[in-house]
Amino acid sequence: MDIYGQNIMDHYKNPRNVGFLEAPDASHQATNATCGDELAVFIKMKGQKIAAIKFQGNGCAISQAATSILSEELVGQTKKKVASYKFADIQKILGVPISERRYKCAMLGLRAIQVALDKG
Amino acid sequence: MIKRSDFPILKSKIGGRLLVYFDNAATSQKPKAVINAVTTYYENFNANVHRGLNPLAAEATERYEAARDIIAEFIGAKRQEVIFTRGATESINLVARAWGEANLRSGDIVLLSLAEHHANIVPWLQLKEKIGIRLSYIPLNKGGELDLGAGAKLLKQPRVKLMSVSLASNVLGLRNDLEKLLRAAKKLHIISLVDAAQAAAHEALDVKKLGCDFLAFSGHKIYGPTGTGVLYGRQELLAAMPPFLGGGDMIDSVALDNFSVNELPYKFEAGTPNIAGVIGLGEACKYLVKIGWPEIKVREKSLRDHFLKKLKRRSFIRLIGSGRQKLPLFSLVIDGVHPHDAADLLGQEGIILRAGHHCAQPLHKQLGLTATLRASLSFYNTKSEIDYFFKKFDELCRAFH
Repeated sequence: MDIYGQNIMDHYKNPRNVGFLEAPDASHQATNATCGDELAVFIKMKGQKIAAIKFQGNGCAISQAATSILSEELVGQTKKKVASYKFADIQKILGVPISERRYKCAMLGLRAIQVALDKG
Repeated sequence: MIKRSDFPILKSKIGGRLLVYFDNAATSQKPKAVINAVTTYYENFNANVHRGLNPLAAEATERYEAARDIIAEFIGAKRQEVIFTRGATESINLVARAWGEANLRSGDIVLLSLAEHHANIVPWLQLKEKIGIRLSYIPLNKGGELDLGAGAKLLKQPRVKLMSVSLASNVLGLRNDLEKLLRAAKKLHIISLVDAAQAAAHEALDVKKLGCDFLAFSGHKIYGPTGTGVLYGRQELLAAMPPFLGGGDMIDSVALDNFSVNELPYKFEAGTPNIAGVIGLGEACKYLVKIGWPEIKVREKSLRDHFLKKLKRRSFIRLIGSGRQKLPLFSLVIDGVHPHDAADLLGQEGIILRAGHHCAQPLHKQLGLTATLRASLSFYNTKSEIDYFFKKFDELCRAFH
């Protein structure tokens, strides 16, 4: 059976940056209505750049791994740059083809981070 | 006799793998007889019904109304009591809008259960917003069966006017002992609506034996075409109800400032109906009667038992919903594997499953779950398909642990 990529399974089994941030500069709680998954993200900024991301929640391998990878990848990037990220960028980051039916799973973390930054 | 070869799609492949269709609770596959009935109509008799004094329209009307006779007999009703809809959802909405708005007042109670599909919750929530009715929910026992004792008590609350409960849950896969509550409701002069969307594929429905006032089901879950459904209503109730949708076919006469309604059942069938679909649904009922419910029940019970036996050996899977009258429908929670991953990855192996809350969010919340993986079987499934499912399932779980 073809089970995603090694990178996804690694991040799913050992997610990075799980937890809370005290007094975050931005935060958001997102839900995926189709599966009921919930995800909370907390972001610390340094000027215009992201200094740290923590997240908490549960979900499928795709949504959890994507968020875990993003929590590392996006550190040091600007709000503007993160706001421009799209599905194609997530597919690139995940490193395996993601079918359209998993679009919402793959995008849950990015959307939460984008909304948090937009609010904050 | 059950013949898997009656279903053309079951021979097809998906992603190079043989199709294992385990999503029958969402919609069932169609036998050749149903597909042929629909095609024959379009190729030979396509015309609008109940209009036009031409021979083509007469043929279409005859076939459409013949389907009504078949379906009336299928559920033990009179033909005037069989209303064609787009599905169980529309059937329930029809009762809520036509009967509910005419008969319910602010503060009246509609009694549901905690295991209802959104289709049997939202129309009542809409009436709650619109006219201020109250909703009350029958709880479930530990296995997920309807708590009949609690239900009987809730029926005795003052101002309960309607009880609307499903005969079988699309998540728990349990057939409820609804007859007891229906008898109690009748004694208390409470109107009853049975949502038979899930049960209709697994047993012979008899509205008289059930003793309900209304009954709703979908055609596409009982091997008929999509976009077909039935509302049964007791004739006196239907006759007293205002019409639902307005338009052609439902009227007797129309003037510039008033209209009068057609007789039953046409009063509730506004606009050109799904003629081909209804003819197909009639054929699906004929098909089921020809196989015979006893044979269907024996086969489904044997598939259910085989699935449960395999399940028992796997401690990392939890079955949601167990009781005396278990259908071949299994909602599963797997240690460490999210239902979305399971449905996606097993789908790539040709196994068609459903993941999510199955349009029953209140039930999932009650059970403390966000989503489950559902395998729902039909008489045309096989034990070797179940074996293949568990083999692939084990591979999946090994990869995730």
